[in-house]
Amino acid sequence: MGAQIRVYKRRIRSVSATKKITKAMEMIAASRIVKAQRQVAASSPYADELTRAVTAVATGSNTKHPLTTEAENPTRAAVLLITSDRGLAGGYSSNAIKAADRLTERLRAEGKEVDAFVVGRKGLAYYSFRNRTVADSWTGFSDSPQYAHAKDVAAPLISALQTDTAEGGVDELHIVFTEFVSMMTQTPVGRRLLPLSLEDAGAVAEEAAVERKKGEALPLFEFEPSAEGVLDALLPRYVESRIYNAMLQAAASEHAARRRAMKSATDNAEDLIKSLTRLANAARQADITQEISEIVGGASALADANAGSD
Amino acid sequence: MAELHVELVAADRNVWSGEATLVVARTMSGDIGIMANHEPLLGVLHSGPVTIRTSDGGTVVAAVHGGFISFADNKLSILAEIAELADEIDVDRAERALQRSKSEADAGAERRAEVRLAAAAGAR
Repeated sequence: MGAQIRVYKRRIRSVSATKKITKAMEMIAASRIVKAQRQVAASSPYADELTRAVTAVATGSNTKHPLTTEAENPTRAAVLLITSDRGLAGGYSSNAIKAADRLTERLRAEGKEVDAFVVGRKGLAYYSFRNRTVADSWTGFSDSPQYAHAKDVAAPLISALQTDTAEGGVDELHIVFTEFVSMMTQTPVGRRLLPLSLEDAGAVAEEAAVERKKGEALPLFEFEPSAEGVLDALLPRYVESRIYNAMLQAAASEHAARRRAMKSATDNAEDLIKSLTRLANAARQADITQEISEIVGGASALADANAGSD
Repeated sequence: MAELHVELVAADRNVWSGEATLVVARTMSGDIGIMANHEPLLGVLHSGPVTIRTSDGGTVVAAVHGGFISFADNKLSILAEIAELADEIDVDRAERALQRSKSEADAGAERRAEVRLAAAAGAR
């Protein structure tokens, strides 16, 4: 066998081994998307009811709470960035990081200092490689976050919000994560969680606004123990649940991005194997042709020699 | 009898939903019973058992560890970070947790284990 064929055969073997791995990763990611989506769906009743309750307090009472009122001139903002722990997911983490950079840029232009909070090893590596300060970071749960993780993440953010800006607290809380739009589309988004703007609260607030236009006042709530007490207890839970929801969506997006990246890697490997097989076939054919011409050449040389001696 | 719709929701799942005639829960300022057509209410829950009398005469007891109760338009939602139905509670495990938390002087865990046991006992 010619040296050329041997080289091609070896490359085909190595590419098919890689293809097996990427194919397996693709299938694992595909099965996990479904699970992650189910988790997002399971967490939404809690998030919806909580948003409804927050909206009810904010519109149904004239209580002023530090977490719902905008500071007159905000000077510091916290940005929570959610990325993945592992790579091989295409542009998933870098797109989220870019979105966070854009948001940070915008906040700086508005004259606010930005504290970065990072979830996921990829985001943390990006920040530490560039020697940027990270106020706090968490790793190790990006692909299947639990509610306890969201609580861990929310705790320092909530305490920073409750601290005075002069003592290192923040006025605003933004969150950057990858929204799971569909299997094929995931978009990194930056949202402001607090101070609460009721326009952001989504469908529930819209519903309430529509009801008010119809002339039906929102039900007047009785608060137990008091409006302030309820709001005090409600807002941290609200932040936790929004962070939890963002982390779940980010996990679903991560799996979807990984599935897509691994699918194109598998397709690529298939193409490579096909073209390498073609080259190997051509090399084999060339070897055979050469062998035949050598035999024919040898035979005719022998025949010529025999004819000469007769 | 007038009925109200109840949704018992934990952070990561929907625990129970259905029609009920009476719901008793423990708020920060004491136990509260809610029947249909109660005035709109939003309260902070203490960890404790929540008892739901369903419209078919049965009783559902759940252990709820902190959370909120909100009632409007004859719809009651109980939101809790952690909520367990009484029949999901493993009594032996809760008892072990209670012993352990007592020996470690972990007040939070002790309270959780007590609430679990109370809910499990209330369902029997």
